[in-house]
Amino acid sequence: MRDVVIIGYGQTKFGELWESSFRDIIVEAGIKAIEDANIDGKDLDAIYVGNMSGGLFVGQEHISSLIADYAGLTPLPCTRVEAACASGSLALRSAYLSVASGHHDVVLVGGVEKMTDVVDATSAIATAADQEWEAFFGATFPSLYAMMARRYMYEYGLTIEELSMWSVIAHDHGSRNPYAQFRFKTTVEQVINAPPVAEPLTLMHCSPVSDGAAALIVCDAERAKDFVSRDDMIYIRASTQASDTISLHSRESITTLKAAKVASEKAYKMAGVTPDRIDVAEVHDCFAINGLILLEDLGFCKKGEAGKIVAQERIKIDCEDFLTVNPSGGLKAAGHALGATGIRQVGEIYWQLKGDENCRGRQAPIKHGYGITANVGGSGGTVCVHILSNNRR
Amino acid sequence: MVVRSWRHIKERYCLIGSRCKTCGRIFFPSRNICPYCRRRGELEEYKLSGRGKVYTYSVVHVPPKEFERMVPYVIAIVELEEGPRITAQIDCKPEEVYIGMPVEVVFRRIKEDGEDGIIHYGYKFKPVNY
Repeated sequence: MRDVVIIGYGQTKFGELWESSFRDIIVEAGIKAIEDANIDGKDLDAIYVGNMSGGLFVGQEHISSLIADYAGLTPLPCTRVEAACASGSLALRSAYLSVASGHHDVVLVGGVEKMTDVVDATSAIATAADQEWEAFFGATFPSLYAMMARRYMYEYGLTIEELSMWSVIAHDHGSRNPYAQFRFKTTVEQVINAPPVAEPLTLMHCSPVSDGAAALIVCDAERAKDFVSRDDMIYIRASTQASDTISLHSRESITTLKAAKVASEKAYKMAGVTPDRIDVAEVHDCFAINGLILLEDLGFCKKGEAGKIVAQERIKIDCEDFLTVNPSGGLKAAGHALGATGIRQVGEIYWQLKGDENCRGRQAPIKHGYGITANVGGSGGTVCVHILSNNRR
Repeated sequence: MVVRSWRHIKERYCLIGSRCKTCGRIFFPSRNICPYCRRRGELEEYKLSGRGKVYTYSVVHVPPKEFERMVPYVIAIVELEEGPRITAQIDCKPEEVYIGMPVEVVFRRIKEDGEDGIIHYGYKFKPVNY
């Protein structure tokens, strides 16, 4: 397998982009990534795109052709990859495998979702759950995570105040990110007193409905020298994925994401690092409880400890005694344009490890040069993990 | 959607799951392959008692369109006494539900496919001695 690097990244702002269409935003992100990588369209060998449900959100399938067409990149092979909210990082994994294997040299990998054009987004999002045995009976997607939160509180004594601190920190970080959907700060009282969505979760424990697109250029490490300097290459040291039952109720434990444990253990092994060497993480906090669970499942603390660590604000950018978590604001504040999220997480880590000017005001302290992303599909049925590094080895 | 409902009459109306003759594990909804024994497994129909306890729950305030009239409603994962856990509504007031609450299955109308569509029936659970 060859070394694979990221040499460019671009994204749209995430939010309610009512003036832009599906094709507008993915093309905008793609062009930014191509310009950032200092490549030309003719240098590309292939395109991969993560998208959860163009069909339900904008009534458009066959988006692979649409995107190649409107990016002016036909006849390049373009492949759409789908695994609910983990679609983006699965597209990256597909691109990574195609370059690592030697089949392609330079690949554009994007993620996109246009969610605000439909009225009943709740039903569309629920298709990430088991339609016949969860959604049919009235389980909404937030209610699945709410049931995880309720059980977690029961098993580990997590308080609603501790859980709410996750959102407070997310909004603090998001307020420093010009691409974030929400740039206002909030308080524990505001989070707890927000309108209930699925008890015990309020609106302020939930990531928003977002439009957005993000794109990366991945490249063979040798070929990358043709385009950018060494300092502008960030290595993909691990790309792993695991699956679990689609229904939450079929799992032995609902206070852990087994697929996240399996994928991250494999990733640490593949990258040859341990969790204590990770400086910065972007984890999938579609709901606040998932942020806490992932801190534990990725090996940053013991089971049941995440609430205390969050309450002590040790995951904040400015705190030096723990790793920085979600400097972008995470899904909660930066926004959650489903198919784009996995790419946006990796793009944030790419910026952070480079010390890019896009991180001004929210630069995490980088000591060892490693960052990790965990992107979750559904209630944990798919988890995809990437470890990036600015070290050449 | 209509045909999909016919296919599930046994499970949704009668709570019939499956049991692996090789390892003895019981599954609901029914499976064609035992995930533990795979090809060594052999599955047979298994009727569940319908008694269990609330394993976890939530009260839904923002529903999909079809459930708008029921808000707020209690959704839960029920652990059946035979072992499997299933997702269902609990037919009780939101303030009454708690983890560990004993419940039993009841046959209920779940939702309709719009004004002119079919009515979907299935299981909910109610507190025992309700």
